Amino acid sequence: MGTMTIDGRKVEFTNEKNVLSVIRKAGINLPTLCYHSEVSTFGACRLCTVEDDRGRTFASCSEEPRDGMVIYTNTGRIKKYRRLIVELLLAAHCRDCTTCVKNGECVLQGLAARMNISTVRFENTRELRPLDTSSPALVRDPNKCILCGDCVRACEEIQGVGALGFAFRGTDAMVMPAFNKPIAETDCVNCGQCRVYCPTGAISIKTNMDEVWDALADPDTRVVAQVAPAVRVAVGDAFGLPAGRSVMGKIVTMLHRLGFDEVYDTTFSADLTIMEETKEFLERVGQGKNLPLLTSCCPAWVKFVHDQYPEFIPNISTCRSPQEMFSAVIKEHFKGYEKNQGKKTVVVSIMPCTAKKMEILRPDSVNNGERNTDVVLTTTELIRMIRTSGIDFAELPPESSDMPFGLGSGGGVIFGVTGGVTEAVLRRLVDKHDKESLDAIAQCGVRGEEGIKEFTVDYKGIPINVCVVSGLANARTVMERVKNGEANYQIIEVMACRQGCIMGGGQPVKPGARTKEERTRGLYNADSVMVIKKADENPTIAALYEGLLKGKEHELLHNTIPW
Amino acid sequence: MKIENRDALANVCQKAQEDISSYKCRILVCAGTGCIASGSQKIYDKMQELCHDMEEVSVEFQKEVPHLGVVKTGCQGICELGPLMRIEPAHYQYVKVQPEDCVEIFEKTVLKGEPVERLFYHRDEEVFEKPEEIPFIAGQTRIVLENCGKIDAESLEEYIAAGGFSALTKALFDMTPDEVTEEVDKSGLRGRGGGGFPAGRKWKQVSRQAEKVRYVVCNGDEGDPGAFMDGSVMEGDPYKLLEGMVIAGYAVASHEGYIYVRAEYPLSVARLKHAIGEMEKAGLLGDNILGSGFSFHMHINRGAGAFVCGEGSALTASIEGNRGMPRVKPPRTVEKGLWEKPTVLNNVETFANVPGIIMKGADWFRTIGTEGSPGTKTFSITGVIQNTGLIEVPMGTTLREIIYDIGGGIKGGGLSRRCRSADRPADV
Repeated sequence: MGTMTIDGRKVEFTNEKNVLSVIRKAGINLPTLCYHSEVSTFGACRLCTVEDDRGRTFASCSEEPRDGMVIYTNTGRIKKYRRLIVELLLAAHCRDCTTCVKNGECVLQGLAARMNISTVRFENTRELRPLDTSSPALVRDPNKCILCGDCVRACEEIQGVGALGFAFRGTDAMVMPAFNKPIAETDCVNCGQCRVYCPTGAISIKTNMDEVWDALADPDTRVVAQVAPAVRVAVGDAFGLPAGRSVMGKIVTMLHRLGFDEVYDTTFSADLTIMEETKEFLERVGQGKNLPLLTSCCPAWVKFVHDQYPEFIPNISTCRSPQEMFSAVIKEHFKGYEKNQGKKTVVVSIMPCTAKKMEILRPDSVNNGERNTDVVLTTTELIRMIRTSGIDFAELPPESSDMPFGLGSGGGVIFGVTGGVTEAVLRRLVDKHDKESLDAIAQCGVRGEEGIKEFTVDYKGIPINVCVVSGLANARTVMERVKNGEANYQIIEVMACRQGCIMGGGQPVKPGARTKEERTRGLYNADSVMVIKKADENPTIAALYEGLLKGKEHELLHNTIPW
Repeated sequence: MKIENRDALANVCQKAQEDISSYKCRILVCAGTGCIASGSQKIYDKMQELCHDMEEVSVEFQKEVPHLGVVKTGCQGICELGPLMRIEPAHYQYVKVQPEDCVEIFEKTVLKGEPVERLFYHRDEEVFEKPEEIPFIAGQTRIVLENCGKIDAESLEEYIAAGGFSALTKALFDMTPDEVTEEVDKSGLRGRGGGGFPAGRKWKQVSRQAEKVRYVVCNGDEGDPGAFMDGSVMEGDPYKLLEGMVIAGYAVASHEGYIYVRAEYPLSVARLKHAIGEMEKAGLLGDNILGSGFSFHMHINRGAGAFVCGEGSALTASIEGNRGMPRVKPPRTVEKGLWEKPTVLNNVETFANVPGIIMKGADWFRTIGTEGSPGTKTFSITGVIQNTGLIEVPMGTTLREIIYDIGGGIKGGGLSRRCRSADRPADV
């Protein structure tokens, strides 16, 4: 509590943890490269340096606000320092901006523009290093790294994985996995949070856009898309629409215009997942075996369990993820000669997630000797493809997804946010479908942005202890408790990314907490306006079980080989 | 040998003093970094050999172990004149000793007690027999380096004989932890690592923390180019440093201490390891020290050659096994230091000052040095100066005094015109 003077104006502060927050609250957007409120303060980039009334300069991110402080943020000296810092960063940076994957979205590029830097006086003496393209999901370009350490802290503190770290000293310092191993050979779970935090193009999504363009251009190929729930709330703001608004209808139109033959909604297979996972859960509760059940929708989490807690592999649900269930069903659907019409079917799944690019390569993501999902595009890549096409997205009329797999329930839509899977399962478990009982489920503790949520629900007289987790560091905390017998859950839902898929590693990056609130609201709103709320009330699901899936549930919807 | 209590320590002290005074002759060869570089190991080996071969000499030493006759000490200070050798009890200081001099020293000094005059320090026709007559030493006040060069750095008995651990017993049996902290605070002792933060205040801040698990960490990552003060203390008087740390542990109710030694000081590591082993055997480290009920355990961590690890938070990160990188403060080390626990982190020289302060009191300490910064400061003198070496002078000594009176002036010229503060008192 107190008041400080910033650039001559009095500014009140309450519990801001540093001077930087107070300055930003006062409406001055001090630049930063290494500061994120979600991870620890690093104080490395020095861009937030300010001056006090005694002429002392300090990094405002690492200074506690004190009553009576007098701060200047834009003195001649500070402006000179700030410009020099950016110039020095640029000097050691690969400046191929026009061909950079981050072109137009790069924080460093933005700062260079903001500081009006037209020349860099210093020579780049850094040796050119090879790119690490070993991972199916991410590309690491050490030449573009500015050593802000954001990825290191995100991986360590948010995800509890620690696949990246600093190596070497001084001007030789670099960020890399231990012993400079290729990322694919580390404990990296491909969640992509490093790429979300990276301000430059040093870590980026491995793109598969060209494969999709090729398939779309081939007349002998049937290109089928499935669009995940979280994608629909992260595209609009790139085209001037309000952030967080669900634009599924426009996405369907867009994909059709781009040349996709069929566009389906992954919400449909989320319903399938609910059906299968609920069944599996009730079986396990009945047998008292392999509890707690660990959800299997999130491939990053599944890999995390395999790497870090192999003793819990039997606890992972055998259900395939919605993506893999859907692709298996689509491939099965177009299998026969009649339906094939001599065409090859390519399934493109559009996901908020980088780890999904790894999931499709699993030995178990295969039926009839063929990979079920052919290509995964992240939301970020979808936006780039839309931009490439030149079609005015904002003005497109909406269309509905194609049948027979275009219909999903509200329970499927909320899969994209933490707690969504659990809420959908709870809806399935409750026989009633009136507004009151749905509201009761929504308020049982399953919603909310906390990283670890625990609550108990009653199922036919049996108390079920539920834990809903987002962020793998939180998952580690929970798993340690389970391992040590300190917690007794029947089901644990884990989404590797904080807040769930809406903040996935493949989503367009918009730093700041408001994005996640808007996207969360967008998905819950999309659920609210849907007529069908429960997976078991989705008529197309019932029809599928009677038709295509008959006798093939296990083959198409479940994993058999542990990773 | 286990020392059970305070009285037993007094007995050991008396016995060790008797042993030492019973020697007819002790040959102290400097084993500081400078002298080792100029060949003192050869001198030591040669003297060992000579004393060992001559049956009657080892008898004269009254010792079955001839090692006790020829002793490796820590840095004796006048590195410029190395290899150095001191002969006790005749109290001769020989300089620039060469292996071929050894036979003569042995025959004249060891056997007959006569000096080898040509090996004394000469300046302008003047001959200096005794070490304290040499201007280089005469201008100094030695507290931290008190024992360096006078005792066998590896011998626990010799340290005890020189009054070692009497400060520890005084603290453990006659004082409360708060009184110890208060005494250090009153002495005005400032951190000798360069920051000059009052040590007593730091200890008080740690004592105040709610967290009860605390650590005492010694910064031995001396990295400044040309500096070898801390290394000399760790090599020359490791027990004094360890005693200071145990006292600090007692003062802040910590039971675990770490010494972070820079990678380039293998001799320091060896001496400290040896000293810790000896102290543990004697019951001066470990559980229930001297039967007082206070327990303290000591660990040694070696750096890997990173200069930055001399910074507090980088140093603790390095001990924890992490990359040595400074972190943002607050929280400060006294709140969250090693393993996120309150930590007393002081420099080698700071800890080495503590036994003296406890033994002789804060008022005595305040009589040395300046009002704002009492005590002494060690300096390494290197570069284009007549007498390079290791010195200890009271705070407030001017740079001019250090360079001209002790250092003997600059080789071939005057002070750099850029050094305009030659008359400013040295301060921390």
